[in-house]
Amino acid sequence: MQNLELVFPEIFISLGIMFLLILGVFKKNSSKLIHNISLVFLLITAVITFNETLSLNKIKLFNNSIIIDYLSSFMKIVTLVAAFLVLTISSNYLKSLKIFKIEYPILILSSVLGMMIMISSNDLIVFYMGLELQSLSLYVLATFNRDQIKSSEAGLKYFVLSALSSGLLLYGCSLIYGFTGSTNFDVISNQLSSNEYALTFGIVFILVGLAFKISAVPFHMWAPDVYEGSPTSVTLFFTMVPKIAALTVFIRFLYVPFLNLIDQWQMILIFLSIASMLFGAVAAIGQKNLKRLVAYSSIGHVGYALAGLATGSNEGIQSSIIYITIYIIMNLGLFSCLLMMRRNDVYYEEIEDLSGLSKNHPLLSLSLLIILFSLAGIPPLAGFFAKFYIFKSVLEQSMFFLAIVGLLSTVVAAFYYLRLIKIMYFDKEHEKFDTDHGIWLKFSLIASTILILLYFVFPSQLIDIVSKINII
Amino acid sequence: MNFPILSSLILLPSIGALFLFFTKSNKENNFSVKYVALFTSLVNFLLSIYLWILFDQTTSEFQFVEERVWIENFINYKVGVDGISILFILLTTFITPLCIISVNNSIKNRLSEFLIAVLIMETFMIGVFCSLDLVVFYLFFEAGLIPMFLIIGIWGGTRRVYSAFKFFLYTLLGSVLMLVAIISIYWITGTTDVVQLYELGIDTKYQNLLWLAFFSSFAVKTPMWPVHTWLPDAHVEAPTAGSVLLAAILLKMAGYGFIRFSIGLFPIASEIFTPLIYVLSLIAIIFTSFIALMQEDMKKLIAYSSVAHMGFVTLGIFTIQQQGIEGSIIQMISHGLVAAALFLCVGVVYDRMHSRLIDTYGGIVSIIPKYSVLFMVFTLSALGLPGTSGFVGEFLILMAAFKDNFLVAVIASLGVIIGAAYMLWLYKRVIFGKLINTDLKKMLDLNKSEMVILTSLTVPTLFFGFYPEPLINTIEVSIRDLIEAYNIKIASKI
Repeated sequence: MQNLELVFPEIFISLGIMFLLILGVFKKNSSKLIHNISLVFLLITAVITFNETLSLNKIKLFNNSIIIDYLSSFMKIVTLVAAFLVLTISSNYLKSLKIFKIEYPILILSSVLGMMIMISSNDLIVFYMGLELQSLSLYVLATFNRDQIKSSEAGLKYFVLSALSSGLLLYGCSLIYGFTGSTNFDVISNQLSSNEYALTFGIVFILVGLAFKISAVPFHMWAPDVYEGSPTSVTLFFTMVPKIAALTVFIRFLYVPFLNLIDQWQMILIFLSIASMLFGAVAAIGQKNLKRLVAYSSIGHVGYALAGLATGSNEGIQSSIIYITIYIIMNLGLFSCLLMMRRNDVYYEEIEDLSGLSKNHPLLSLSLLIILFSLAGIPPLAGFFAKFYIFKSVLEQSMFFLAIVGLLSTVVAAFYYLRLIKIMYFDKEHEKFDTDHGIWLKFSLIASTILILLYFVFPSQLIDIVSKINII
Repeated sequence: MNFPILSSLILLPSIGALFLFFTKSNKENNFSVKYVALFTSLVNFLLSIYLWILFDQTTSEFQFVEERVWIENFINYKVGVDGISILFILLTTFITPLCIISVNNSIKNRLSEFLIAVLIMETFMIGVFCSLDLVVFYLFFEAGLIPMFLIIGIWGGTRRVYSAFKFFLYTLLGSVLMLVAIISIYWITGTTDVVQLYELGIDTKYQNLLWLAFFSSFAVKTPMWPVHTWLPDAHVEAPTAGSVLLAAILLKMAGYGFIRFSIGLFPIASEIFTPLIYVLSLIAIIFTSFIALMQEDMKKLIAYSSVAHMGFVTLGIFTIQQQGIEGSIIQMISHGLVAAALFLCVGVVYDRMHSRLIDTYGGIVSIIPKYSVLFMVFTLSALGLPGTSGFVGEFLILMAAFKDNFLVAVIASLGVIIGAAYMLWLYKRVIFGKLINTDLKKMLDLNKSEMVILTSLTVPTLFFGFYPEPLINTIEVSIRDLIEAYNIKIASKI
């Protein structure tokens, strides 16, 4: 056993989960304690990852089945920080729904563990293991408000459809194993001969499974229902964290073993991207529920991230990662606003409830305005730069069709973001919402708004960090 | 260059806006909020005058250039002015304080937020006119949508939501293609620096598509027929100050873009597409003038007249002759002053009677004589009477057009006649005639602030009408060199 310290973050977090489980069993009313401890665990894991592995060049462990490189370390840190923020801002929400239980932080921790394994995987089996660990935790999280029929429905739906997609994914893995004789990415990449057309089926099945996990059209059906039914804090988790891991696997899977087959998968990715961008933009227009709207908008945003991946270049990968990072920040702000829409412990999530927000809560609505314009991709906000890098890398490969469709769908998408702004700013006001929010909620809203607003001052920073990711 | 004067011009209004943001707004300090905004914009105006004084008219080089690395190995933040852009900056800094004074009567609620929007808008507008990098230009160009959307949507009239959406989506749709073109230019030439691009030139085989992409954005913004329909809606519904900003400055961004980018970067394509521009401009001039003739809403009439006037501008630009482009710029400046003044005039009577319909008025000459006189000055300037600034521009444009294409010039001249018809008819119906509506008798004449605004617009209108030398001197050399470079590039097929 060599280099165990490199997987120390994973080991630490799994030990932490076990410790918390035991603590939860033996100590009564410990949900607050466990909540706080898991926050500390997440933070420590992030720090360990940062210290131990960020500076390393590609290292492979355990018969090359785990890979530690800059991409994996960066994505792990993003995952951990995002999970940390989700956990911090969800406590008040859970308390008021009376589901502030010990299982919640533990489930989040275990899904994060699954994601970290996914991110580091260099082998189909390891990857599948991580995927299932995170998915199983997510099923339970979706049903977390189990007394509510919608939440149970969301969980069940997610479970059934996700199991189906996992089945497809496994079938794809078995095909690839059959044709190359290995599950290891490096071996696959050596054994590959592009005349084996049946191998393409394997890739297609795996892509279908992955597309399902990041809810790209046409495998998006579950997203709106699950997003709407799950508790809001879980929806926030869904929109942010699993996407990071799935995107990393997308990158790893397409660009390590199957880079030579780019002709085969590029078309699929372009299709997924275009379909997601257009569908996300068009379908969101008619929505009445904010969480459903966010679901469709996230489908659209995934489309843009995939457009970067479809380019087959390092710049494309980097732009996708920049996109998803900025998207996470915007989403965090958006959901912080959603969680602030509370009156007497009832959370409001219809679009109409936003009506006249700007008169009652000028600062909240100003933040939401900035976040929404940024999501729509209007300069000089961060969302514009995210799209800008994507289209820059797409146009570098002369993929004009993809770029133009993408940009036109931003115009369509702008419509529904504008509709929200219209309702906030141009319509009559309702009653006021409560204003006694937790400090973390306020912090995450203010921090994300400021980051979005002032991103244009130092646009190079994020690029500098991300430009160290070289897969090809 | 020690003092970053252009960046200060860009940033100063934003700093003022930031200051306003942190000042708690309530009924009592509306007064002081307004004075902060006014002070900021006046300082900016003085700064731009200072810029004009320092400006060297004998060279077409970019002056006061500031360059800083913004995104490494990719984009530099680069600003600078030449003869073409400096006048637009002056126009912007001149109009903004007037807008801020004019809110006195028209904006009742959320005053401080309105002023913040106007100041932020000023930042973006100045940014558009002095950026020397395509990406920076695009950033400012697009960013202006946000405050304008809010200005129309929050403080607008009854159909404000529809108009705000239409304005936003039309302009955004036009602009996204420009973004594709800008990124493509980066991949073709390896830079987005305008000065370098002028020297490098862009390969002929790409020019047509790139030109069309830029055109789609500028055509919507100008606005040219047939994508002009957002303008009347936006103008009618926007509050007075919003209409003024829209007419006086936002529309000029496109004209400026045509000169700076379409002609400067894509000479071959400009040559090819000149007939297209001519046809669209002529349709704009004739067709929208007739539409203007039939309007019953004063603001709508002026909005359509704006489309017609901008038709002259695009016509003049694409004659690619010294007089033509000079005329276009002077026409834009003059239209900026006159259209602003006309919208303010409509705003004056609207604040008193809450109606923009022409039928409501009539025979008010004896009730509000001062207003009638000033309104007449601007009416006459809008129709291009000699001695007003409107004349200079139109005359130069038509002169260039006659040199280039006789038929085009004849048709355009017909537009001048229709223009005179609708403006005079408007004036007659509003000011003269019998006083039928007895409510009008209670109307008060111009108050102090309105007097200040309208007089300060009258002075340059008349002054530049009689003596356009300062304007022409400023732009002459830059335009001469622009055309020279254009002809060289055409001859050598770059």
